[in-house]
Amino acid sequence: MARMKFICDANRCIECNGCVTACKNANDVPWGVNRRRVVTLNDGVPGERSVSVACMHCSDAPCMAVCPVDCFVRSEDGVVLHDKDQCIGCGYCLYACPFGAPQFPQAGAFGARGKMDKCTFCQGGPGKASEAEQYSKYGQNRIAEGKLPLCAEMCSTKALLAGDGEVIANIFRERVTVRGKGSEVIGWATAYGPPKGGAAPAATEGKK
Amino acid sequence: MHKFTRPAAVLAAFALTLGLSACGENKVTAYEPGKYSGAPVAAPWDSPQYAGKQAEWEAALQARAQSQNDYTRMK
Repeated sequence: MARMKFICDANRCIECNGCVTACKNANDVPWGVNRRRVVTLNDGVPGERSVSVACMHCSDAPCMAVCPVDCFVRSEDGVVLHDKDQCIGCGYCLYACPFGAPQFPQAGAFGARGKMDKCTFCQGGPGKASEAEQYSKYGQNRIAEGKLPLCAEMCSTKALLAGDGEVIANIFRERVTVRGKGSEVIGWATAYGPPKGGAAPAATEGKK
Repeated sequence: MHKFTRPAAVLAAFALTLGLSACGENKVTAYEPGKYSGAPVAAPWDSPQYAGKQAEWEAALQARAQSQNDYTRMK
């Protein structure tokens, strides 16, 4: 049985925000709500790293544990979904989530912030409402069409992988094995030379 | 001054140990997950496209996931 997961390859992510745009476009996510976003560590510093973050569909999800109305459910393929008809907008899930995945359309406390919205792994949501109603509440259901989330499929460098955890872990493992590790992978030394105080760049060696 | 006999002192120490033994115990609270209150979730293969054919859906998704592997695509 498939267990859907995301992996973001920080060595490949170029912070283009294509995944964010794809998600917004595919699911008609309202203004102010970001189901997915790109986080950059050491921004502007050589060797910076970017990671695309959304709901990670945890196997032991803290949002499910803290929800006072128990509106969260895990689908058969391991995707954490929530029923917006049950959500009271309390925000407990936001405090519990280590990734900041739950989003709220308005500012305010205790329901004034509106129903929680988060990544559905492009799998729609619970209930058997009409397709249009499902789309307006949760967005596209690409998984039912045999497709993967649009954020991963649109990723230009294939940094963001989505799918069955075992399958994408194997893809990632093969990638890491092939490309190796070290400065030759990162490319900073090639582009900008070694750090100050280090050896001279290889390209200038031999020149008098 | 009253003098304790040895058996009485041992008995008193035993009673004291027994009496205080529960004070250091941590209260154990068993977490019980709540019951999902929302509408049922349909399996992804219960769609018009796959009509309940789970194996077919899984094969389609595996193939789709492999398209993310550029090393396979280069071969």
